[in-house]
Amino acid sequence: MKLKTFTGGIHPPDNKHWSSHKAIEDCPLPAQFVVPLAQHIGAPSIACVEVGQRVAKGQEIGSAKGFVSVPMHAPTSGEVVAVENRPHPWGTSLPAVVIKPDGEDCWSTELQPAGLGELSPDEIVERVRLAGVVGMGGAAFPAHVKMSPPPEKPVHTLILNGVECEPYLTADHRMMLEEPEKILQGVALLQYVLGAERVVIGIEANKPDAVALLRKHCLETPVEVMPLEVKYPQGAEKQLIAAVTGREVPSGGLPMDIGVAVHNVSTAAAVTDAVLFGRPLIERVCTVTGPAIREPKNLRIRIGTPLSHLVKVCGGLVEEPGKIILGGPMMGFTQLGFDVPATRGTSGLLLLRKADIASQAESPCIRCARCVQACPINLLPTTIAAYARRDMLAEASEYCAMDCIECGSCSYVCPSTIPLVQAIRYGKAAILAKKRSSQI
Amino acid sequence: VSQQLYLSSSPHIHSGETTSKVMHAVIYSLLPACGVAVYFFGPSALTVLLIATLGCLATEVVCQRLMGQPVTIADGSAAITGILLALNLPPSSPWWLTLLGAVIAIAIGKQVYGGLGSNPFNPALVARVVLLISFPVQMTSWSAPAPLGSGLDLVTTATPLGEWKNAVMLTGQMPPEMQGSLSDYFLGNMPGCIGEVSALALLLGAAYLFYRRILTWHIPTAFVGTVVLLSALFWLINPEKYPNPVFHLVTGGLILGAFYMATDMVTTPISTKGMLLFGVGCGLLTVLIRLFGGYPEGVSFAILLMNAATPLIDRYTRPKKFGTSGQGVAQ
Repeated sequence: MKLKTFTGGIHPPDNKHWSSHKAIEDCPLPAQFVVPLAQHIGAPSIACVEVGQRVAKGQEIGSAKGFVSVPMHAPTSGEVVAVENRPHPWGTSLPAVVIKPDGEDCWSTELQPAGLGELSPDEIVERVRLAGVVGMGGAAFPAHVKMSPPPEKPVHTLILNGVECEPYLTADHRMMLEEPEKILQGVALLQYVLGAERVVIGIEANKPDAVALLRKHCLETPVEVMPLEVKYPQGAEKQLIAAVTGREVPSGGLPMDIGVAVHNVSTAAAVTDAVLFGRPLIERVCTVTGPAIREPKNLRIRIGTPLSHLVKVCGGLVEEPGKIILGGPMMGFTQLGFDVPATRGTSGLLLLRKADIASQAESPCIRCARCVQACPINLLPTTIAAYARRDMLAEASEYCAMDCIECGSCSYVCPSTIPLVQAIRYGKAAILAKKRSSQI
Repeated sequence: VSQQLYLSSSPHIHSGETTSKVMHAVIYSLLPACGVAVYFFGPSALTVLLIATLGCLATEVVCQRLMGQPVTIADGSAAITGILLALNLPPSSPWWLTLLGAVIAIAIGKQVYGGLGSNPFNPALVARVVLLISFPVQMTSWSAPAPLGSGLDLVTTATPLGEWKNAVMLTGQMPPEMQGSLSDYFLGNMPGCIGEVSALALLLGAAYLFYRRILTWHIPTAFVGTVVLLSALFWLINPEKYPNPVFHLVTGGLILGAFYMATDMVTTPISTKGMLLFGVGCGLLTVLIRLFGGYPEGVSFAILLMNAATPLIDRYTRPKKFGTSGQGVAQ
């Protein structure tokens, strides 16, 4: 049977063998947590605790500000030792709450479990919001926003993203193997809230064990488990929708415009924790992997754990890393060091050696069109990049720079090693800045 | 942690394919055709190949030095131009003609536009056409093959296409009997340019490029398909006058042109639709020139004319971006 997929895309080596067979381990608590108040797309939360204050595990330490925002919670019980700017994975210093664990790891008594049938859709969404659940795939978009589509845009299809197309990462894979019930409970909650008729779990075909296991669990349910062709970026929201439904989200639109909602499988598990157990999002699974780490692992980490602690738990470094990457190699962010904390979006910590980093000098574009064939949005990356680099923003915009999803497929395939997506990213930012300044 | 961490914007991995790897693969793919040429035409073909290739490399060095630019002959692109130029010359080309061609190809065909990636026309074809127009006698003096070890000397004769055109010009009809058979033409046992004679060797090299995913099927298929369809049409109308499509396929420079010259990435469209259009245009012009033009062969002119149309084709064949196909409209 031919597997479903999207057009374009690339086939990078998946390198998941480092960690795919390793069961999730609970990461021991570090000496100190640094919980950034900005961890999601949208407005950062505001600290609501003071230095010296004792906090319980799961207690709110930062309150949400606005609709597209979520609160932050204490990852363990202990004492607040600082509320100040700390180095953040985004590359700058941002407000954070620093907590010294007391070793008790004692849950807050205010958290209330609830039964599946007891809550209305609105109450479920509110619980998800209060628990600070965000998209666990990496972008960390507040989940409650995607659970509250406006009434004129009803959702008929709910897609669970179990694709995990980024090379190296295996966190979602392990979640599907080890927590299928929790994921499916979350799926049921999401389906109930959204009123979706069709539910599909999309999984890349390189995880046949996860496909088989979830299929077994879904036998008696209307949930469909769909293996998808192994191709990057199969897990990008619009590409996943195209593969599963055969329909394209309109340019500039949202999935809800065609009646679809997409949530990550690990987000579904977090929804279960939030709704049924009243537990906020204070932990996640993070794949610590790559050739520079001694013992690659899938760790269940508390949010705010410093990267240095993760490295220590994984047996330390094999050699000095050349790149420290939060997330996967295709869309992850390089870090200046190990002193930043893991956030709710940290799906992986990838450590590459210097030898793993391509350092081919750039050469002129030979118009080989590999980027054109690779682009999942059918853009002309070489053309847009050339315009962006010359600051010809009107032309870059004309060639649909703003439609770029920044998957990086173009840069990956370019034989001239032109930083195509990097140039387009610059162009997009410049176009937005220009638009904003002209509005003022 | 050491102070030597790389900070960069994603992606952090690369396919490992490089321009010079691509260029070198093209060079390897041309070796069978070069080998067959040397087999059929002997040392004179080898001489043309060497002069053209070394001439292109030398010209590239001189141009880049003069312009104060880094010398990039190691990328292999100048060597490809040299080999392709040689393959587009008659085996009896005098040394000065070959060398002049090399200088024209690199200096006028490529470097004046800014070097690799910037030239609008296929450099080897620019050189071939300049030579063809400037030195028609030397450029159309063809030799019958004299395979190595056969003891034959190269004797001047006409190419199959030339043979046909002469007959049609004189009598309005096909020549009653051609000098060679279709299978001779396919293997390369016919007079012609050094590289165009063996369709088999060229296809072998092209297969390797397909396998390496350096060549896509679009342009060659559209080009060859158009020639076959259009020539079949004329042949069906008047088989007394027009040769059959297989003859068109295996004689002249069609295979060399369709698989190696019309697929030069720099001078051809970048979208799939554009590539197909480009190929169809090449095929159309080739047949029209062959059947109705003054020259017996039209592949070079066809490709150069379509090179000129490439920016226009690119402009009008932009792929439809994701989310605009109408599939997304809610039902």
